[in-house]
Amino acid sequence: MANMSPKKNPMPEQEPLVRNRNFEEVATGYTKEMAMDEATRCLNCKTKPCVSGCPVNVRIPEFITQVAEGNFEEAYKIITSTNSLPAVCGRVCPQENQCEGQCVRGKNGEPVGIGRMERFVADWHMANGKDQTVVPKSNGHKVAVIGSGPAGLTCAGDLAKDGYEVTIFETLHTPGGVLVYGIPEFRLPKAIVAREIENLKAMGVKVETNMVIGRSVSVDELFEQGFEAVFIGSGAGLPQFLHIPGENLLGVYSANEYLTRINLMKAYKKEYDTPIAKSKAVAVVGGGNVAMDSARCAMRLGAEKVYIVYRRSIEELPARAEEVHHAKEEQIDFRLLNNPVAIHGDENGRVSAIECVEMELGEPDASGRRRPVEKKGSNFKLDVDTVIIAIGTSPNPLIKSTTEGLETNQKGCIVADDSMATSRPGVFAGGDAVTGAATVIKAMGAGKTAAASIREYLNKK
Amino acid sequence: MYQIVTKRRLNDIETLMEIKAPAVAAKARAGQFIMFRLDEYGERVPLTIAGYDAERGTVTIIFQHMGRSTKMLAQMEEGDYISDFVGPMGKPTHMEGIERVMIVGGGVGCAIGYPIAKEMHDKGIYVEMIAGFKNKDLVILEDEMLAATDKLYLMTDDGSHGEKGFVTAKLQELLESGAKYDAVYAIGPPIMMKFTCATTKPFGVKTIVSLNPIMVDATGMCGGCRVTVGGEVKFACVDGPEFDGHQVDFDELMRRNAFYKPDEAEANEHICRLTGGVRHG
Ligand SMILES: Cc1cc2nc3c(=O)[nH]c(=O)nc-3n(C[C@H](O)[C@H](O)[C@H](O)COP(=O)(O)OP(=O)(O)OC[C@H]3O[C@@H](n4cnc5c(N)ncnc54)[C@H](O)[C@@H]3O)c2cc1C
Ligand SMILES: Cc1cc2nc3c(=O)[nH]c(=O)nc-3n(C[C@H](O)[C@H](O)[C@H](O)COP(=O)(O)OP(=O)(O)OC[C@H]3O[C@@H](n4cnc5c(N)ncnc54)[C@H](O)[C@@H]3O)c2cc1C
Ligand code: SF4
Ligand code: SF4
Ligand code: FES
Repeated sequence: MANMSPKKNPMPEQEPLVRNRNFEEVATGYTKEMAMDEATRCLNCKTKPCVSGCPVNVRIPEFITQVAEGNFEEAYKIITSTNSLPAVCGRVCPQENQCEGQCVRGKNGEPVGIGRMERFVADWHMANGKDQTVVPKSNGHKVAVIGSGPAGLTCAGDLAKDGYEVTIFETLHTPGGVLVYGIPEFRLPKAIVAREIENLKAMGVKVETNMVIGRSVSVDELFEQGFEAVFIGSGAGLPQFLHIPGENLLGVYSANEYLTRINLMKAYKKEYDTPIAKSKAVAVVGGGNVAMDSARCAMRLGAEKVYIVYRRSIEELPARAEEVHHAKEEQIDFRLLNNPVAIHGDENGRVSAIECVEMELGEPDASGRRRPVEKKGSNFKLDVDTVIIAIGTSPNPLIKSTTEGLETNQKGCIVADDSMATSRPGVFAGGDAVTGAATVIKAMGAGKTAAASIREYLNKK
Repeated sequence: MYQIVTKRRLNDIETLMEIKAPAVAAKARAGQFIMFRLDEYGERVPLTIAGYDAERGTVTIIFQHMGRSTKMLAQMEEGDYISDFVGPMGKPTHMEGIERVMIVGGGVGCAIGYPIAKEMHDKGIYVEMIAGFKNKDLVILEDEMLAATDKLYLMTDDGSHGEKGFVTAKLQELLESGAKYDAVYAIGPPIMMKFTCATTKPFGVKTIVSLNPIMVDATGMCGGCRVTVGGEVKFACVDGPEFDGHQVDFDELMRRNAFYKPDEAEANEHICRLTGGVRHG
C-alpha cells in the first residue's frame, strides 16, 4: 500500500537566519530513512507522466522502486543511464515545471519529491559507491568541445564513453560554466562540479582552460589541428543592462560580475584577493534564479537590507519556487510590480538610491503574461549603496564573429536544427548558446543530442 | 601553469617578464592584452602584450608594481610558474590608412606604446614618439623605442634625462609648428590620456587611446569594464581596449578605477607585513 501522505518528506535545512550569513549548503539532504519513506509515495504509474516531464527522460519510477528497497547503487545506475549529472540536477532543476510538475500525486497534495531523491541517490553514491571508470579504447577520432558548462560536459562525456578523443576548451581558469561561476556554493557545492570534471578526465577527456575560442584559436583552426567535429556549448554569458541613467555609477554590478567575483573568485573568503563592495543596502533588479542568487549572496556578505525589484507580480517570477521561498525566509524584501527608472549617486559617483515606479498588470503580451504598465507619478526611491542588474543574458558574439558561415538569429543565438547541427558542416551547438538563457537540464539534453549527431556524422564521413 | 622564462627589473617600480605561453604568442598582435592570475587565490589582472616571439612561444609583459597582484608577481623569479595566463584579448591596433603617426606614452604606458610603434615601423609607417617619465631613474625601453621610431622625443618631468616637461607640452609645440599626423596614439594613465586628447582636439587630429578599466573575465561576460564612449556604453575588453579619445568620458573611467581603492590599500598593507610576498604551493 502506497504512502498516501499529501506532503513530501520535508528537506532538512539550515535555519534561515543562520544560513543567510554563511555560504554553506542551505538544504542538507535527505537521510536514508527519509529517502526510503518518500519513495513509498510513488504510485509507479503505468503512463509515467513524470518521465515525459523530464528533458532527459530519467527513468523515474524505476529508480524510485530501487530507493524504496534501499538499493541505492542500483538506483544510481538507472538515473545515470540517461542523466550524467544527477547530483547537480537533483539540486537545481526547476522540478515544479518539469518532472514533479507532471507527477499525478501533485493533483492532490504535493508531488513525489523526485529531485530530492535524485540528489540523495547521487550523494549516496559519492559517499559510498565505487566509480569504476572504464577508460574507453580510443577510436582515433578527435572532437573539440567549446565551453565546459553542462552542455559541453555532457557532450564530452557521451563521446568519450564511445572512445572519441575529446578536448574541452574553456575561457575561464576553472571549468564548469555557470555551475562554477554563477550558481552559488550554498545551492551547489563546487566540490560536486569538480568531481564530475575529474570523472571526465579519468575517462580520457582533456580539459584546456584559459583558451578563448575566437581569440586563442578559431573554430577553423581547430579543424586544421585535426579535430573532425566541433561542439559549441559557449552559453549565454553576455549581460544585459537596463539603459537607465546612473548605470555606470560606482556600486552598480551586472549579476554576472557580482556572482563571478563571489563564486568563481571567492570574494567571500578572506584568503582570496578578489575585492567586492561591502554593501549595506542592495537592490537586485530581476526575478529569475540569477536575481535570487545575487540577493542571497549580498545578504551573506553582510548587507543589512536586500531588495528584489521586479516589474511583474509574484506569479510571473521565473525563479525556481524553492529559491523564492528560501529567499523570503532569508529576509530578502520583495518589491514586486516595481520598475527601476534611474539610479542616483552621491558627489563621489557612488550609488545612493534607486528610483522606481509602481506598475500594474494590463493585457497579456506575446509571452502570455500580463503586461506591466507604469502608474504615472508613482515614483519613489529606495536608499541603497549597491545595485545588481539581473535582467537576463544573451550569447556572446565572439565565436559567431570569428567563424565564417555560422548562422545566428536576431537574438545572437546560434541556429541549430533538431540534431544540433549548425549551418557549418561538422559544427554542432547546444545549450544556452542556442536557446538563450534556459536550464541546466535542457543544456545537458542538447549536449546529449549533439553527441549522438556527432557520432552519426563521423560514421558517415 | 605558465613559466616565467625571463625576468628583468627595469627600475624600482617596473619589471619586465617573458612568459612561456605558446598559444598566446602564436596569435598576439600589437594593442592586445593578456589576463594573468598568480595562483588559486589571485585576481585576474590585465596586462598589455609588450612583445611576443611565436617561435620561442613567449610573451613579454611590462608591469608597474601597483598593488597586491603586481607586487607579488614582481617577487617571483625566473623558472617559477604562475597559474593562469590567457589571451590575446581585445582587438589589435587598427593600422590601415595610416602613413604618419605620433605615439605618446606616459610611464608604463610606453610599454604599451612600444609594440604598437614597432609593428607600425616594421610595416613602413612613419613613426614619431613622445615618451614621458617622472625622472631619469624611471626611464624604460629607451633603446627599443629609439630603434622602433623615426623620431623619439624623450621627456622627464624634472629634466633629469631628455627634455624637461610634460608630454602634452611637447605635443602642443609640435602641432603648433605644423607637424601633421594621420593619428595620435595616447597611452598612459587616464589623466595623461585625457590631457593629450584635449591637446589634439583643437587641431582636429584623430586620437586613439588605450583604456585600462578594472576587468574580471575580459571576454565580455561581466560588464565590469564598461566605459562611456560618445555617449554609448562599451565593454573595453571586447569593444576595445582602443577607442576614439575625443569621445571617451575619462572622468567616469577614473572614478570607476578608484572603486576598490580603500580595500586595496588595506590588502597591500597585508602583503608587506604578513606574507612578505608570494604564496607558494
Ligand atoms: C546565477 C544563475 C543561476 C542559475 N540557476 C539555475 C537553476 O537553479 N536551475 C537551472 O536549471 N538553471 C539555472 N541557471 C541556468 C543554467 O545555469 C544554464 O542554463 C546552463 O548553465 C547553460 O549551460 P551551457 O552549458 O549551455 O552554458 P554555460 O553553463 O553558460 O557554460 C558555457 C561555458 O562556455 C565558456 N565559453 C564561452 N565562450 C567561450 C569561448 N569563446 N571559448 C571557450 N569557452 C567559452 C564559458 O566560460 C562557460 O564556462 C542559472 C544560471 C545562472 C547564471
Ligand atoms: C587592457 C589593460 C592593459 C593594461 N596593461 C598594463 C601594462 O601593460 N602594464 C601595467 O603596469 N599595467 C597595465 N594595466 C593596469 C593593471 O591591470 C592594473 O594596474 C592592475 O589592477 C594592477 O593589479 P594589482 O593587483 O597589482 O593592483 P590593485 O591592487 O588591483 O590596484 C592598485 C591600484 O590601482 C588601481 N587600479 C585597479 N585597477 C586599475 C586599472 N585597471 N587601471 C588603473 N588603476 C587601477 C586601484 O584602485 C589601486 O589603487 C592594464 C590594464 C588594462 C585594463
Ligand atoms: S533531471 Fe531534473 S527534471 Fe529530470 S528527473 Fe531529475 S530533477 Fe527531474
Ligand atoms: S507520476 Fe509521480 S507517482 Fe506516478 S510514477 Fe511518476 S513519480 Fe511516481
Ligand atoms: S572584463 Fe568582463 S566584460 Fe570586460
